[in-house]
Amino acid sequence: MISRRERTLNYAILTFFAVLSVMPLLGVVLAAVTPPGQAVQGFAIPADGVDLGNFVRVWRDADFGRALWTSFQMTAITVVLSTIASILAGYAFGTMRFPGSTTIFYVFLIGLLMPFEATVIPVYYMMRWLGLTGTVWSVALPSTSLSIAFGTFWMRAFFRSAPRPLMEAARVDGASSLMVLRKILLPLARPAVLTMILLIFMWTWNDFLYSLVMRLQTAPLTLAQFQGYRRADVSGIAAAAILVALPVFAIYVVLQRHFIRGMLAGSMKG
Amino acid sequence: MIARARERPTKRARLSRGAPGEPYLSAYLYIAPALVAYAAFALLPFLWAVWISFFQWDGVSVGTWVGVDNYVSIATDVRLRGSFRNALVLIVFYSIVPVTLALVLAGVMSRASLRGLTVFRGMLFVPQIMAMVVIGTIWRWIYSSNGPLNRFLELIGLEQATRPWLGDFTFALPALGLVGTWFMLGLALVLLIAAVQRVPMDLYEAASVDGAGAIRQFFAVTLPSVRNEIAVALVLTMLGALRNFDLVYVTTSGGPGYSTAVPAFEVYNQAFRLGRVGAASAVGVVLALLIFSISFAVTRIAERDDE
Repeated sequence: MISRRERTLNYAILTFFAVLSVMPLLGVVLAAVTPPGQAVQGFAIPADGVDLGNFVRVWRDADFGRALWTSFQMTAITVVLSTIASILAGYAFGTMRFPGSTTIFYVFLIGLLMPFEATVIPVYYMMRWLGLTGTVWSVALPSTSLSIAFGTFWMRAFFRSAPRPLMEAARVDGASSLMVLRKILLPLARPAVLTMILLIFMWTWNDFLYSLVMRLQTAPLTLAQFQGYRRADVSGIAAAAILVALPVFAIYVVLQRHFIRGMLAGSMKG
Repeated sequence: MIARARERPTKRARLSRGAPGEPYLSAYLYIAPALVAYAAFALLPFLWAVWISFFQWDGVSVGTWVGVDNYVSIATDVRLRGSFRNALVLIVFYSIVPVTLALVLAGVMSRASLRGLTVFRGMLFVPQIMAMVVIGTIWRWIYSSNGPLNRFLELIGLEQATRPWLGDFTFALPALGLVGTWFMLGLALVLLIAAVQRVPMDLYEAASVDGAGAIRQFFAVTLPSVRNEIAVALVLTMLGALRNFDLVYVTTSGGPGYSTAVPAFEVYNQAFRLGRVGAASAVGVVLALLIFSISFAVTRIAERDDE
């Protein structure tokens, strides 16, 4: 039988590592609410109470409003384009048979592993040639293409498990393949699509290399620059870091299950 | 020839059976947008990077064909070779340490069913959703001269151990490695606890009837049952160790000297700071091939053991 001591030990272990995971973030929140000019105490609530002045200051000094808006536009384009393309491609790979389907699908799988670092140089020269560097497209397009690799893989897995008799019955009734997708499969696919959208949103929002190379002033790039020229301003840097992390974090708090399931299931099948 | 001729009608029959009344041309229309976007901004650029890697090119003037020289320089150039050596060290910190630790902890927790895991899982997973730039920013502060780590060391009377960790030739790389350990430990724990909890309890009971103690049970029951998840955890964490451009850029930029230079950072550094676009492409290609082969090898090993 399992002793009470063993159970207590288990929860002690879990608590220790769970706290360890969030402690650095807690430290940053505490640093961010320390009034400007006052030394940051480390992991302690500031003596003079909580102060939100750092957020105002950073927002104004580093033009964070505009950076967040740029990030948002770039991410929205990526999410919309890759979601549509992935659903269509996943539908074909999951429900139809056609010559070359396996080979083409394997080509997509390469994209799941492809590091951004391996493509960034040619894409940079391509964007420069197209005159797109500095625009949201210079980051949105390459992000879309790698998100599609994941999205196609993810949607294919869903469509393969979708009920075939339902599809066939609709086809017999004369529905076109597009109508089967829209009327029958997409309503069923809502949770899978939501998970996919959340993951693509997170990866795109958090990406840094492409905005740096393409000189697109996104929120992560602004944070990196801000901490470069304001090294001593700990509470300001902390506030900036929170501004960058907050959108994803807020969604994570509400839809945690989707994130964890998606990231684990996505990697498991790969 | 004969075999192929015999195969053809059955193949066609299979195809038409798969999509009733559907000319399979429409399948190509469905995958076209995805394929075009993927080819244009991922696949072709990768092939193009392979091509560039055979040139000496500064990104401005006309490049010179140099064959495999750029690949040779990865083995001979002290900075580039160092970056791959550093990547190996980081794999230990990002992958081997957290997966082993998570496995042991999951093993310890294997014999009681745990409730209320959702909250713990949510907390353990938090680092995974944070932008690496944010994580780098946080840890640069923690490691800084008067940051929390040094404050803590002073507090417990270890003043002589304090130092600017990321500016230290000996400690900068392990310091970055520990960020990776912290980052990956939660992921490995979530993955392996879930796997271990799925192992049926009666397997342990059978083993203990046979006289196996806790440690024997771990090696005879737990370990074989979660092999697949171990493989997944190893692949995910190793890929994380190789794709760490953001962290290095924000914290150390490869320094001091080149003690924390890693391949992912050298791609950027060589191409966009030093104007060695050919060499940078070669590093990027090797990095990608390394990632492909690690994923392939680890999944293969896990599959073979399954038989």
